[in-house]
Amino acid sequence: MDRGAGPQREGDTQGRRGGPADDPGLDQLLVRAADGDEQAFAELYDALAHTVLGLACRVVGDKAQAEEVTQDVMVEVWRTADRFRPARGAARNWVLTLAHRRAVDRVRSVTAGRVRELRAAVMEQERSFDTVAEEVEVREEQRAVFRCLTQLARELRLPLVLAYYQGLTYAEVAEALSTPTGTIKSRMRQGLRRLHDCMEAAS
Amino acid sequence: MNLTDDPHLAVGAYVLHALPTGEETDFEKHLAVCGPCRLEVDQLSSAAVRLGAAETSTPSSDLRRRVLDQIATVRQNRSVTGGSRRRRRRWSLKPALAASVAAAAALGGVAWWQSSEADTAREQSAQDRAEYRRLADVLAAPDATISAQELTRGGTASVVASRAQGRSALIASGLPPLTGDRVYELWYAESGRYRPAGLLSSAGGRQAQVLDGRLDGATAVCITVEPAGGSTQPTTRPIGVIRVPS
Repeated sequence: MDRGAGPQREGDTQGRRGGPADDPGLDQLLVRAADGDEQAFAELYDALAHTVLGLACRVVGDKAQAEEVTQDVMVEVWRTADRFRPARGAARNWVLTLAHRRAVDRVRSVTAGRVRELRAAVMEQERSFDTVAEEVEVREEQRAVFRCLTQLARELRLPLVLAYYQGLTYAEVAEALSTPTGTIKSRMRQGLRRLHDCMEAAS
Repeated sequence: MNLTDDPHLAVGAYVLHALPTGEETDFEKHLAVCGPCRLEVDQLSSAAVRLGAAETSTPSSDLRRRVLDQIATVRQNRSVTGGSRRRRRRWSLKPALAASVAAAAALGGVAWWQSSEADTAREQSAQDRAEYRRLADVLAAPDATISAQELTRGGTASVVASRAQGRSALIASGLPPLTGDRVYELWYAESGRYRPAGLLSSAGGRQAQVLDGRLDGATAVCITVEPAGGSTQPTTRPIGVIRVPS
């Protein structure tokens, strides 16, 4: 995965000023885009496309497919921008939530009957987690996330990363980890809560 | 399984997009009436988003061009209030229309459409004619697909959909009249989410209309019975779920 500085990095640097999830500039762009302002949308694209693509790559595991997802997501952002409510959260969160949704849909639609591969996915997930966590060139944003992830007990971390990064349903996670479904749901909630608290404390 | 019956427990899985379709719908129904849950969803979502924001990848150089080209041709959704009227395509009767009507007729339940065509065109209000044109536009789409289904309370419904136009039409016949202050409501279903797509009269019988809103990624059109005026989310079990080919 390309982590180098691309020609469109400036927008994101700007986007992360004052915290990654809160940027009134992006909110304004999205509101203007909802009004049919194509220039505002282009700026929004420049600010968010490589993050959307990074997320899509991570979930679908294939850059060509991730680009398709990114294209679909950005066009959907344009089309449905009028649903964005600044009062309920930042534009960046809105776009990334949509991107995750679409990436997960893509994984689910192409991998029916993948339950057999779940155990392998668990192992791979742990390996890639260790690898990424040890990388020295990770961005500050990544460092904060991984620091908080490492502070989670494995039993709370695994359900989060399997669901978020592999697109598994809670039932699939439960099967992969041989754990009751109710327990997994509970751990997902608890894990996210701890992650939230950890990141709040860090920022 | 008592644990899983507590809807609050699903909030983490919901935020991670890890609920299967049906359960996601159930949770969203609960969400609609649970203020503290919405607050928790917003909070946990902000944490989940950080998982997604941690990695970046540089898009290929022409992705930007593709996206910007595409949005120049894509119509934006407009809220029901204050939205400008969308430009209607000109009325045209392409050969495909006849083919599509014939195909719909073959599937049953919509043969009446063809016979009522002349009546409808002859003397109707301007609004009805506009609605009729919208209907014909969808039916005439070169890529129109047709799916028909019997409804659980009687009657049949056919959905003609054009992915290229992003529109679909529902053609119902033999709908039982509804008593009390209730209406039929149409929904676009997509990944367990339901978007309201218009109301059908409680009079039942034969009805045809273009669904409100865009088809987008919807995989099915659903029909439920709702209180007069319609609902923002389905409150009853669908009487029909008509799948739309992708």
